[in-house]
Amino acid sequence: MTRDLVLRVFGKLLIPFVLLFALYVQFHGDFGPGGGFQAGVITAAAVIFYAIIFGLPAARRFAPDWLIESMVGAGVLIYGGVGVFGIVFGGNYLDYFVLAHDTVHGQERGIFWVEAGVAVTVSGVMLQIFYMFAGRQRDREEA
Amino acid sequence: MIADHLPALQVVVPLLAAPLMLLVRRGGFAWLLATLVSWTALAIALALAFKVREAGTISYAIGNWPPPWGIEYRVDALNSFVLVLVSLVASVVAPYARASVAAELPREQHYLYFTMFSLCLAGLLGISITGDAFNLFVFLEISSLSTYVLIALGRNRRGLLAAYQYLVLGTIGATFYIIGVGLLYLMTGTLNLADLAQRLREVHEIRPVLAALAFITAGVGLKLALFPLHFWLPNAYAYAPSAITAFLAASATKVSVYVLLRFYFVIFGVPLVFGRLPMAEVLITLSVLAVVSASLVAVFQRDLKRMFAYSSVAQIGYITLGMGLANKAGLTGAVVHLFNHGITKGAIFLLLGGVALRVGSTSLARAAGLARTMPLTSFGIVLAGMSLIGIPGTAGFVSKWYLILGAIEHGYWGLALLLVVSSLIAVAYVWRFVEMAYFREPEPGAARLAEAPASMLVPAWIMVAACVYFGLDTSFPLEGARSAVTVLLGGAR
Repeated sequence: MTRDLVLRVFGKLLIPFVLLFALYVQFHGDFGPGGGFQAGVITAAAVIFYAIIFGLPAARRFAPDWLIESMVGAGVLIYGGVGVFGIVFGGNYLDYFVLAHDTVHGQERGIFWVEAGVAVTVSGVMLQIFYMFAGRQRDREEA
Repeated sequence: MIADHLPALQVVVPLLAAPLMLLVRRGGFAWLLATLVSWTALAIALALAFKVREAGTISYAIGNWPPPWGIEYRVDALNSFVLVLVSLVASVVAPYARASVAAELPREQHYLYFTMFSLCLAGLLGISITGDAFNLFVFLEISSLSTYVLIALGRNRRGLLAAYQYLVLGTIGATFYIIGVGLLYLMTGTLNLADLAQRLREVHEIRPVLAALAFITAGVGLKLALFPLHFWLPNAYAYAPSAITAFLAASATKVSVYVLLRFYFVIFGVPLVFGRLPMAEVLITLSVLAVVSASLVAVFQRDLKRMFAYSSVAQIGYITLGMGLANKAGLTGAVVHLFNHGITKGAIFLLLGGVALRVGSTSLARAAGLARTMPLTSFGIVLAGMSLIGIPGTAGFVSKWYLILGAIEHGYWGLALLLVVSSLIAVAYVWRFVEMAYFREPEPGAARLAEAPASMLVPAWIMVAACVYFGLDTSFPLEGARSAVTVLLGGAR
């Protein structure tokens, strides 16, 4: 598909908007449907789309394997870290009430970071799975 | 300040160590962190156990949402006992794992191995400590998923099949559990275990509750390898990496037993489970079948790991037998056996890991003359085997003694006799090892085999020593079990 001009041009045009939409879903999650999981999936979908049109090696240059694997762990650390911050600021584990001067803002801030963690891990896992399936045949040929 | 957060830290420390290992991507670092984390978990578990004994049940509200609305971590005499067991096993297995893993796994998988180990530990500790039925399911999945990966990492390619088999059955088990919890939620509108126990007393429409009981029994029964739902276990134990076999055999099934104990005695309550339903008869029948048939199958195994895996199915039968007896002595036997079988099987599988490392296989035929080349390992297996049989002076004797007392209290003399006879079958399979190791000539060329490295032998022998120590000085496990049983039978009122 790498030589298909229409797909290449439209792909390049679409991908930024897909990523933008992911950000919208991420940050609008507090008020409407959406949140970290969906945003993570959409982000991963953008990269997968790129990989389908421009080939797996191109996608791997953009998002290398070590980065993907780190994302899987980093998201969990962010989520758990928010919980630990709760303890540091004198509350219980995962206590958002103490994260800001008043409880409502604290809850908002806690959810914000937790959702960020979810998005990072989800997109990491999605891409990890995609790379593994897409790279299977290729790795065997190289070996 | 930190002391108030121990219930959360018990789970959070191993849970957050896992992604850290993934980020650093170094096998050595991951091993070091896993060891430190296990020791920290043990320290926390002991501190919690001490606190529970001094001040009674500890309740911790995650996110400062008061229970029963928020998730509650609740530590009482029963689960603090399980927490100590799980973290104790982990802190012996983790230092052992370094040499064992270096021999069995390719280098680039080492950090992933320890990541999964930490996740599994976090999951098992989470199941034990949480006071929330749904949170329990989440931790069940965390521990199960990491277990599947760990089994699949085994050197033998058949480990993949064993892991897949366990994945299918484990998923069915977890699904059944969550269906049961869903039904309970439908009837009571709560997921908090303590609250659930209270509200179930006021439910008059009994049928959905019975369905929930059936689903939870079958689901958790699969996870704890209750006969005849044990088919995944022998393969999983036989093909998993050595250190993981020891860890799982000593902790994973025990945690599932804890879940069943909690649901039967604290949540559904004795009048429903053992009064209205013939669960006592069902459990006792299945347990007797497990003890006799699995022990007999173990006698005819040609691989040591498989032999002791079948023996695990039989030993779990003893635990569920005590549960079915449902009196003070029987339950004390069951809870003590959780601990005693944990350390006994842990010791045996750790020593077998050394055999796998030096001999290259755990088949019985290759163990010929092992006592000459690996005297310490062989003697350790014999000592732990004696505890498995239940010879006085070893830990296994204490639990069997209480089980027999429990049976006699009910007037089941035949059952008491059967318990003694079944120990003789255990003698048979342990003897097969003794005969091979002590009375056969080693194979030519085996003379240059050496004893397992100290980093593996020392943790294994700590477990062996524990088998003997807790057989002579029974105060720690017995006291723990007695107060755990008070929780179980107190909850029935």
